[in-house]
Amino acid sequence: MIRNRVLLVLVLAALVAALTLAFLGFAPNRLVSGRAITLFEAANGAGLALIVPCGVMLAAGAFLPQSRALLLAVLAAALVLALFLPLIAGRAATGLVATATPIARASLAGGFWIMELSAVLAAGDALRRLEAGLAMKAAVAIGVAAVLVVAGLSGAFDQLSLAKEAANRREAFADAVERHGFLVTVSVLLALMIGVPLGILAQRRPRWHGLVFGSLDIVQTIPSIALFGLLIGPLAALSDAFPQLRQLGISGIGVAPAIIALVLYSLLPMARGAFAGLSSVPASVVETARGMGMTGGQILLRVEAPIAFPVLLSGLRIVTVQAIGLAVVAALIGAGGLGSFVFLGLGQRALDLMLLGAVPTIFMALGVDFIFQLLLGMARRTP
Amino acid sequence: MTRALGISRLTFALAFALVALVLALPHLQAPMHWLFPEVERPVYERASFVELVASHLALVLASSAAATLVGVSAGIFATRQSGAEFAPLINAIAAIGQTFPPVAVLAISVPLLGYGGPPTLVALAVYAALPITENTIAGLTSVSRDAKDAAEGLGFSRLRLLADVELPLALPIILTGIRIAVIINIGTATIGSTIGALTLGSPIIEGLSASNPAYVLEGAAVVALLAILIDRLFEDGVHWARRRSGTLTSDAHAVA
Repeated sequence: MIRNRVLLVLVLAALVAALTLAFLGFAPNRLVSGRAITLFEAANGAGLALIVPCGVMLAAGAFLPQSRALLLAVLAAALVLALFLPLIAGRAATGLVATATPIARASLAGGFWIMELSAVLAAGDALRRLEAGLAMKAAVAIGVAAVLVVAGLSGAFDQLSLAKEAANRREAFADAVERHGFLVTVSVLLALMIGVPLGILAQRRPRWHGLVFGSLDIVQTIPSIALFGLLIGPLAALSDAFPQLRQLGISGIGVAPAIIALVLYSLLPMARGAFAGLSSVPASVVETARGMGMTGGQILLRVEAPIAFPVLLSGLRIVTVQAIGLAVVAALIGAGGLGSFVFLGLGQRALDLMLLGAVPTIFMALGVDFIFQLLLGMARRTP
Repeated sequence: MTRALGISRLTFALAFALVALVLALPHLQAPMHWLFPEVERPVYERASFVELVASHLALVLASSAAATLVGVSAGIFATRQSGAEFAPLINAIAAIGQTFPPVAVLAISVPLLGYGGPPTLVALAVYAALPITENTIAGLTSVSRDAKDAAEGLGFSRLRLLADVELPLALPIILTGIRIAVIINIGTATIGSTIGALTLGSPIIEGLSASNPAYVLEGAAVVALLAILIDRLFEDGVHWARRRSGTLTSDAHAVA
């Protein structure tokens, strides 16, 4: 009798991945394609003694009555797998590289990612069935992330190709992360400063609504690389005409056009967030405040802003996650950031270098999204 | 404002402008040379713009069609009684997946699938399926109980209920999801030229790496116009779908 089909599907997916797909890829150097290492080659006796019982527990969880105790056991087994699969991969990589030349590379392969994802989703499913609150979900996510970060800092993953690539380019990597963060932060702050007033304008003066959202809609439609490219000409002309601008760093390529384009893209979700937030304030509340003798500014700040805040925050979430992705493309016009690794790696067919750019942007986006979800959860609970 | 098939004049004007630009570009040597005097060959000639538009559109259409098929099926499955258990899982995957930067998805498809057009197509299709799935679930869930009860009262089979009541009522929201996916795909396909796909991004990328601003301008102008045109087509389509779903039910539907 199947009692949890979701868990069953996840267990089957992980099992198929474990049996048929590579857990690690191992190559003597970065030019040749790797040999596939299965989970059973990668994990030693102790590793298997940990994984197999957890897998059996999850499989049993699909067939047993879904009591609270069972769900907690499933959650625990899923979390152990989510934590130990990366640790086993790191350990196996260390062992493999030790037997080969220093330029040998061991990288995480498809089988690993499918099993890891299945474990994470199984944990999520158990948490949902346990009707866990925001605090518990956050605690579990932060706990898992913290253990993996500590393990990473203590060198557990040092021999995986991605970590090696990062270590080889330690300074360039740190600079790229910093530049990426800078591009995103500055453009999101500017978008907040410009987009919120635009949203307020559109809400207060319906005449402006069509113009504001119509033009921002068009901007949002234009492919990012095209918008970056279209800004090169005018900015180059501007800095030719006014050489003092060049001293401020404004020229056709580089950071200036990148930030302008990122801000232009961010305005629509930001203005929409402000507009929707203000529109969600009941008219009766505004009337009451006016009746109490509050001025327009007071009503906006003290009455409307607190009610509109969660909607605005969800706009800010969209903007920030989107900007992290768009900033990757900005590397094509010389703005730096993690995208420079992505495009350099793609161009040189150096896939580890490409992943060194792509994977951190994914984690950056996931992390920022998670933080905003926490803030949103808290903002919604305290109106 | 609207004509036959609900296509607005603005959309026709944009389509005309796009065709005119693409056909005129090869003959614009003189003005482009005047604009960019330092560039020796100011018009991109490695591939004709007709060819680039066709290749770009083929990539976007094929990936979006596959994504629509997968996304709408997943959405239908998640909203049936038999699939309801999977709805939170499918929603979670759609939400987490959309957090991934589209460029990163394109890039990580290379180690798995290699360089060129077909891997770009797969990456675009996978990414595009996410908003379509999400919106199909949202659209089908938004269909009022009353509408379904009425159809059931009339003796509609489950399949007819889905095809004649639920899907038409959910169509505006589903179309919005497809629109989001297609617009993202047009942008990501442009970047697909960095992994060897022939798209309107090819002149842009080549122009950027060879310091030829003329190529960048040409590629950017054509792809921007193309994206705006397709967005307008969807705008017209959503209007049409809303009018149509409005005739099916008396209560007004708030559409995101």
